[in-house]
Amino acid sequence: MLRKGFALAALGLALLAGPLFAGQALAATTEAEPKDVHWSFEGPLGKFDKAQVQRGYKVYREVCSSCHSMNLMYYRNLAQKGGPFFDPKYAENPNDSPVVKSLAHDIQIKDIDSDTGDAISRPGMPSDRFANPFPNEPAARASNGGALPPDLSVMAKAREGGPAYVYSILTGYTAPPKGMTVPAGKYYNPYMPGDMSSFMAKGMKVPEGGFISMPPPLVDGKVTFDDGTKSTLQNQARDVAAFLAWAADPKAEERKTFGFGAMIYLLIFSVLLYFSYKRIWKNVAH
Amino acid sequence: MADTVVGANPDPHVSGENPDRRDFIHIAAGVAAVGLVGGLAWPFIDQMNPAGDTLALASIEFDLSKVVEGQQVVVKWRGKPLFVRHRTPKEIAEAIQADHADLRDPATDESRHKPGKAQYLVLIGTCTHLGCVPTFGGGDYGGWFCPCHGSVYDTSGRIRKGPAPLNLAVPEYSFLSDTKVKVG
Amino acid sequence: MSGHSTYEPKNGFERWLDTRLPLLRFANDTIITFPTPKNLNYWYTFGGILSLMLGMQIVTGIILAMHYVPHVDMAFNSVQRIKRDVNFGWLIQGLHANGASMFFLAVYIHMFRNLYYGSYKAPREVLWILGCVIYLLMIGTAFFGYVLPWGQMSFHGAVVITNLIGAIPIVGHAITTWLWGGFAVDDATLNRFFSLHYLLPFMIAGVVGLHIWALHVPGNNNPTGVNVTSTQDTVPFHPYYTVKDGFAISVFLILYAVFVFYLPDALGDAANYIQANPLVTPQHIVPEWYLLPFYAILRAVPNKLAGVILMFGAIATLFVLPWLDTSKVRSLRYRPTMRWYYFIFFLNCIVLGFCGAHAPDDLVIPGVSGLQLGDANINSFVWLSRIAAAYYFAYFWVITPLMGLTETPLAEPESISTPVLSHPAAMLAGAAASPEKRG
Repeated sequence: MLRKGFALAALGLALLAGPLFAGQALAATTEAEPKDVHWSFEGPLGKFDKAQVQRGYKVYREVCSSCHSMNLMYYRNLAQKGGPFFDPKYAENPNDSPVVKSLAHDIQIKDIDSDTGDAISRPGMPSDRFANPFPNEPAARASNGGALPPDLSVMAKAREGGPAYVYSILTGYTAPPKGMTVPAGKYYNPYMPGDMSSFMAKGMKVPEGGFISMPPPLVDGKVTFDDGTKSTLQNQARDVAAFLAWAADPKAEERKTFGFGAMIYLLIFSVLLYFSYKRIWKNVAH
Repeated sequence: MADTVVGANPDPHVSGENPDRRDFIHIAAGVAAVGLVGGLAWPFIDQMNPAGDTLALASIEFDLSKVVEGQQVVVKWRGKPLFVRHRTPKEIAEAIQADHADLRDPATDESRHKPGKAQYLVLIGTCTHLGCVPTFGGGDYGGWFCPCHGSVYDTSGRIRKGPAPLNLAVPEYSFLSDTKVKVG
Repeated sequence: MSGHSTYEPKNGFERWLDTRLPLLRFANDTIITFPTPKNLNYWYTFGGILSLMLGMQIVTGIILAMHYVPHVDMAFNSVQRIKRDVNFGWLIQGLHANGASMFFLAVYIHMFRNLYYGSYKAPREVLWILGCVIYLLMIGTAFFGYVLPWGQMSFHGAVVITNLIGAIPIVGHAITTWLWGGFAVDDATLNRFFSLHYLLPFMIAGVVGLHIWALHVPGNNNPTGVNVTSTQDTVPFHPYYTVKDGFAISVFLILYAVFVFYLPDALGDAANYIQANPLVTPQHIVPEWYLLPFYAILRAVPNKLAGVILMFGAIATLFVLPWLDTSKVRSLRYRPTMRWYYFIFFLNCIVLGFCGAHAPDDLVIPGVSGLQLGDANINSFVWLSRIAAAYYFAYFWVITPLMGLTETPLAEPESISTPVLSHPAAMLAGAAASPEKRG
């Protein structure tokens, strides 16, 4: 019995080791831990709050999209199963959803006229990618003081902390501490990874965080929410972070639902096999 | 060493006193195993069906006012050519006349365009024989001619001569406005 | 594959086939009647689990190859497209990416089980060496595979590992350039890594065939480490071990499913969700968890060539292990002292993993900085990894040979059946129901 217990403990330790490594690996960075935010999509049964993701899309469209692309997203994604504008009526073909058609129509897409070959702008269609604010990388850099606004498609997965990181960055801008030299065009943010030691006056404590090239993008009242949600900086940041979390993993709900069924099936299967095993072995001394 | 162990134990469940009797639990476990394999097989098969982005491009919108009378515009739709033809009154008349001819795949001209839009013919531009792309203006019937094996279609896209068994297919489409169609 | 076949064709077709291609005889002798020690515990089910994982990786991999585009401009997006647009693509990609971790988890348990019960010892040296070959091929496959999503960690991991080869004197740089097909990891590299990633699993499958062949000649070892002496010691593989392995597989699948469905990114690195950028290196380059111990050994030495030699030496050591072990007793059950060295070795490997995950200069015990020894800070991970790497090699090259000669083992049972049958409870149950006693 003792031996078995020890063996199981060892296995458990081995299993724990994997995730621990991943967490430990970044312990050496100097940014502050992201704020603790509660999300509706947390946990094995969590689902996206459709209204929140809709609001988040509005924040993205009205604020973020003027600098940030989302190259992996299509307007049709907004109406697909699990998306913020999903309508069961158009489950077959999200392209037909009138809501998304009009959302896409509001946006000018750069295209080539198929008759003349000229560069033109036309209203968007559901099958278009989210419009890219800049034609290419140098143009994006040139408009942003040399810094490239990163693509936001998988931003919520590409940073340790995910949506909480996004929220923390957006709400975390503070005045630089005393003794810090902030270079032109940079902003201090305690949640941004970086190393502040060379920007501090001699003998001053080196604070957490780093410099970010993006000026604080959100302020109270910047976006008007259609559902009456108060347009505070926190609400805007939380909603756009939820939208980015959905965009980074649009199949998350499908995955969890499928997984729930799979887990139940596997549990039943294991129980059946266990009794089958016990019965076959019952006459064997071992 | 292995030789000494070959005989092995008799197994009461496989070769014991009741070789035909299988316990319910073994059957249940076996069925569950088959179900597991089957359940996993479906995603592995379904992944080869058209993906979301492919399906999204499966319907296109097209402005017919771009097509001048007597002309044909070829657009790509679902990876295949789509013939959008603006017919002349003469061609329409010819097509209606042929409604009662001896057709291999009988269909009236009216059934091949939308009501009140006889001038616009929208066809999938692949020969119903083996999938080549017919060229317009060939053959004896004022319609299309397939260079691969010599199938001839009339001004309504109906098969008139050659090996092809069926008329050029009319895709599913609808008019969104007077001149705008959505195909697929 | 060994011994006399007990297969008897049941009908005309089977007789006809048996004289032309004895496929059914082969299947019967390997997975139906194969005599297997009856005291194998759950640690022995990982062979079956590994077969399943290999099959799973090959099947999901072939599917992913149908949608993946091995081009520097499209690789990252094509993987994302698989997860977003391909039907069940999120599932298949999740099974494959997490499957690699599960595969390694299972192979490590399989290897530690082997070390504990002395299964590498005569007459199973070839079996063990083939297993080491499989493990090497797995590392290669995993490395090539990790490059394919073309994220930041993929790219810079490939840069770091391929640069290791540059440590070889004289020809190192030529080999690196040859491997890259250019002057850096680029499109040519990605394409050939994709090709090799597709090839290696089939080589693994081939060696697995040999591995199973080499298992079936001497037969399974068992937790007592004592040779099989009579038919009383064994049961036919089917149904006894098919159902036991099946149960273990099912439980393993639950663990696998937890990762696939609920923690799909837990074992990955966030930086790999950023498309590869040759101009910017991520803050921390870390390999996947299953290679961290070797990465720690690599970094334990300040000299590049020495580090590379030591890292490959850590794996090469495994190949000669059967000849380093001088003990006459296989199972550590009967070697009370060696057992402790073994448990320390197990923990040591986990410690090496932690060292691999940390930057070399990070403090092991945060806040303690006084542990100086000359210029060196003993409280840093680089020093911890030096100690752990030293133990790793000492375990195989010093402790194993010496303990075999000096340790007094406990008395081994005379046969596999003895310990269980001598147990009072088992004696009763055995007398009442054991059919082999009647027969």
